[in-house]
Amino acid sequence: MTVAIKFSGVSRHFGIVRAVDGVNLEIAEGEFFALLGPSGSGKTTCLRLIAGFEQPTAGSIAIFGEDATQVPPYRRPVNTVFQDYALFPHLNVRDNIAYGLMVRGDGKSARRAAADEGLELVALDGFGDRKPSELSGGQRQRVALARALVMKPKVLLLDEPLGALDLKLREQMQSELKSLQRRLGIAFVFVTHDQGEALSMADRVAVFNEGQIQQVGSPEDVYDRPQAPFVADFVGASNVLPADIVNAVIGTHAAASLRPEAITLGSGPLGGVVEAQAFLGSATRIEVRCNRQIIKVLIPKGGVVPAIGEVVQMGWAPGALHMMDGAHG
Amino acid sequence: MHSKASLGLKIAAIGGLLFLHLPILLIFVYAFTTEDKSYQWPPPGLTLQWFEVTWNRPDVWQALGLSLKVASISTLIAIVLGTLCAAAVARSKFFGRETISLLVILPIALPGIITGISLRSAFNIADIPFSTWTIILGHATFCIVVVYNNAVARFRRTSSSLIEASMDLGATYWQTLRFVILPNMATAILAGGMLAFALSFDEVIVTTFTAGQQQTLPIWMLEELVRPRQRPVTNVVAMVVVLVTFLPILGAYYLTRGTETVAGQGK
Repeated sequence: MTVAIKFSGVSRHFGIVRAVDGVNLEIAEGEFFALLGPSGSGKTTCLRLIAGFEQPTAGSIAIFGEDATQVPPYRRPVNTVFQDYALFPHLNVRDNIAYGLMVRGDGKSARRAAADEGLELVALDGFGDRKPSELSGGQRQRVALARALVMKPKVLLLDEPLGALDLKLREQMQSELKSLQRRLGIAFVFVTHDQGEALSMADRVAVFNEGQIQQVGSPEDVYDRPQAPFVADFVGASNVLPADIVNAVIGTHAAASLRPEAITLGSGPLGGVVEAQAFLGSATRIEVRCNRQIIKVLIPKGGVVPAIGEVVQMGWAPGALHMMDGAHG
Repeated sequence: MHSKASLGLKIAAIGGLLFLHLPILLIFVYAFTTEDKSYQWPPPGLTLQWFEVTWNRPDVWQALGLSLKVASISTLIAIVLGTLCAAAVARSKFFGRETISLLVILPIALPGIITGISLRSAFNIADIPFSTWTIILGHATFCIVVVYNNAVARFRRTSSSLIEASMDLGATYWQTLRFVILPNMATAILAGGMLAFALSFDEVIVTTFTAGQQQTLPIWMLEELVRPRQRPVTNVVAMVVVLVTFLPILGAYYLTRGTETVAGQGK
């Protein structure tokens, strides 16, 4: 496996704010990699560090084995799809897409051919003469994508690419991006705060919190085997059981995570009072209070939903309770 | 019913427009009058001779030339300094940024007479003799503001990711300036420059304090009004001034119209 992007102890501080704090990261060639985290967790700054818009305060960044820490953005073999698309308003779609080729000095016919190829790639044939202001949000995004891809980058960076689209369009673009990435075979690194998006699209996910990576792994890894309470909570709203409860139940003094959908009602080691219900469509979520702790339980459609105030016992299949190393939340 | 309700409004609007523009029309009419010692209504007769008389008056040409020179050079200074200042204020963060922004705008808020007096005493203290350049310096103070205001607004509307996108696609700093920043700024800078030119061309107060013995066109007109001979010449010149200042303002209006939603709007 060739390493496309390598972060070695990279930090980026803005004054006293540690936006990125000692990050080590390896992204492989041809990998669909998600940087997942809440706002201000450092994921976008990491992307900007790869693009070269930010310089690390400490540490080094290598792109395909070459140190890129001091390389300006215009000499890096990566291209970016911006969150606000950043299409040039004074150029039409074709000139937008061919911009990179134009500054490189390619001839007019080569630029035109490449732009038309790019438009075809994102299914926007015939839109070349329009101005960006005459396009819908989804179309602008496709133009931004084509503009980055005609540069034939080795790594494509996407900053919350689907954030501004409505739900239906977003789902459509998710699968299109995924198949595009498979077809091109280059690494896609994309930033998102939507855990569903990260899990469904990425080969691997890095979960960020407060400038640090909490966990890197496959979607199954971070969902089923979170290594930190933050990951358990952020990726799929898992229950984080504090050490004293876990100790009382199974005799191990460590924090553990437990998926709401892994809990069955009826019999089990944990008891509590139902405090709230929320109908979610395909399931109903109830909240059960055990002493100080609220446990979320997901009851699939058709299951028996206990009334508020009812006392219930909660159990789970062996292995559903996942111990978190070194976490005492 | 609908039209009846707005009748009063219509009258008010027409009255307002007449109040604003009738005096200007009168100036135009008097440019054609045959009476040259007083403004007599209605004009006793109409003639085109004043255009010829004006054409042959060297003092008019001198004043017009000076005014055009002053307006052009101070506009040029304003475009360079105003744009650079706007770039600094809009693009970077530094201590005292808001103060600088305020100080740049201040000359247009200050009464012209203050600007005039302070410049005059500054020139005196520094022992700078009055010349065309002192007028230009005086005009540049408020011309910069107009260019700055236009440019800073456009800079702020231009998303910074446009610059990053350009560099991301392989453009160097200079290429980004040439292919992205300047094309996006051009209309705003040009519009600011046109307004600055119009402002400078008919400026009287600051000019009075900084001109010494020279006469710009507006100053020449003021002096001419107190003389009893060939009065309609002033009116002919007034028509020229209206044209010279009105055209740039119209141009600035069309250049900046409809650009509010274009630059830097990604979503």
